[in-house]
Amino acid sequence: MVTEVNLCGVTLKNPVIPASGTFGFGLEMAGEYDLNVLGGISLKGSTLEPRFGNECPRIAETPDGMLNSVGLQNPGVYALVEEKIPQLRKIFGGAVIANISGFSLEEYVKSCSIADKCEGVDILEVNVSCPNVHGGGMAFGTSACAAAEVTAAVKALCHKPVFIKLSPNVTDIVAIAKACEEAGADGLTLVNTLLGMRIDINRRVPILANRYGGFSGRAIFPIALRMVNQVKRACKIPIMGCGGVASASDVIEMMMAGATAVQVGAENLRNPYASKEIVEELPVLMQKLGIENINEIIGVA
Amino acid sequence: MEKALYTILSNELIADKTYRMRLQGPTGALKRAGQFVDVAIDGFFLRRPLAAQEWDPESLAVIYKVVGQGTEVMSAMQPGQVLELLCGLGNGFDAGACRQSALIACGGLGASPVFSLAKELIAQGKKVCVVMGFNTDADAVLVDDFKAMGADVHLATLDGSLGIKGFVTDAIKAVQPEFDYFYTCGPAPMMKAVCASLEGPGEASLEERMGCGCGICYGCTCHTASGPRRVCADGPVFKKEDIIW
Repeated sequence: MVTEVNLCGVTLKNPVIPASGTFGFGLEMAGEYDLNVLGGISLKGSTLEPRFGNECPRIAETPDGMLNSVGLQNPGVYALVEEKIPQLRKIFGGAVIANISGFSLEEYVKSCSIADKCEGVDILEVNVSCPNVHGGGMAFGTSACAAAEVTAAVKALCHKPVFIKLSPNVTDIVAIAKACEEAGADGLTLVNTLLGMRIDINRRVPILANRYGGFSGRAIFPIALRMVNQVKRACKIPIMGCGGVASASDVIEMMMAGATAVQVGAENLRNPYASKEIVEELPVLMQKLGIENINEIIGVA
Repeated sequence: MEKALYTILSNELIADKTYRMRLQGPTGALKRAGQFVDVAIDGFFLRRPLAAQEWDPESLAVIYKVVGQGTEVMSAMQPGQVLELLCGLGNGFDAGACRQSALIACGGLGASPVFSLAKELIAQGKKVCVVMGFNTDADAVLVDDFKAMGADVHLATLDGSLGIKGFVTDAIKAVQPEFDYFYTCGPAPMMKAVCASLEGPGEASLEERMGCGCGICYGCTCHTASGPRRVCADGPVFKKEDIIW
């Protein structure tokens, strides 16, 4: 049985990847299980300068999902490449995906080229879709023109495969995906969180200190699946499917929609062992479904 | 951290809207008083973080108040029902920081995480003064249990229905306990007042809305003197001088 997949020349032993922001820098879980069962890890989103992020509360619950407004808390890209990734590399041989965000074109380019030069990084994931920061993040991912501009600028300087992580908070994700593909993106990660809100009806105030936050979890799976499928039918570059994935069955479904690899996000927050359990569940389900090689199902639906 | 299934042994009302749930299951991951568990409840996306009040090798107890839909569901649970918990989360209190005598100042359900701490300190031969504050006597929990373990217990309620009328800090002023280290757990304004009014070293157990409960989502980060820290994994207990109120 083959679970191995290939993302732009990077081989993953299986398609399961904890999504950025839901698994820290991998190191946080290092004492819990052997991370090498995972196909890859998408590390916490990093910016050029260290960031505290937004004030708390940063977390709110929803039916079958959650909101977060962490706002890219991170120690900065230098700490990422000098401390976090070398530490992770001592214990992890799978694909390391550096997730980079920024507030200007220049910042994206600078941070990406720093991550690109880091030996431990296999893939760059450019986050143009964070809904929790002002004047950056999602602003670049909701316009085809801006997304293409970031893509072209990063591609001009970086040698490693560049995936652009797109926002679902758009009218036409296909147009943005195509613009990124034409600007040279090697792949796409679909999708980031949807912008949402909860209100404390007793106190009559938003639960999140930042008012709005990114909605993720099982509830968004059908939306993510639809967007992956729409983009798969319009673009040729590989997709990492992301959004509400909670089981091996969801992984299979996401791949049938068109994903080459699948990221597990909010589910890690309800169950920090979720990604590992999905990896274990996957071959059992493949056998049941008569899937000999997982690559045969990519985009069949 | 350990993820396992636990069987409810009992789930009893012990004060106004307040329940004590005893659960049978592995407790090896609990190393220090003040650590917590994260309880999965069917129908709710996130777990509910609750301090371990006490534990033995086969079971543990948590105390919770019905404040929302999740705890409402918990309050109707019956013995024999099975729950999945993440166990042994957070850093817990540093019992070794106290040399001879400790002051424990707690408010409301803040009495729960400091319960095992008091037991541990007393077992180490240290003197323990516990000053407990509640809104009213109907909210009071664990008072007799603290007395039974040999702690010197003092009480304050906002309406004067139990102990002195006033805040925990008022009771501390009245009692003037001797201590070389203090521990506090309760509502943030109470802990802030305790930390501000007491000279000398101590630590407080903070609370924040959490995502994962185990340090991977950075959803509960607070500002501290030594930079951003996750309440769930770097805390919930922080030294007085590190906390930025």
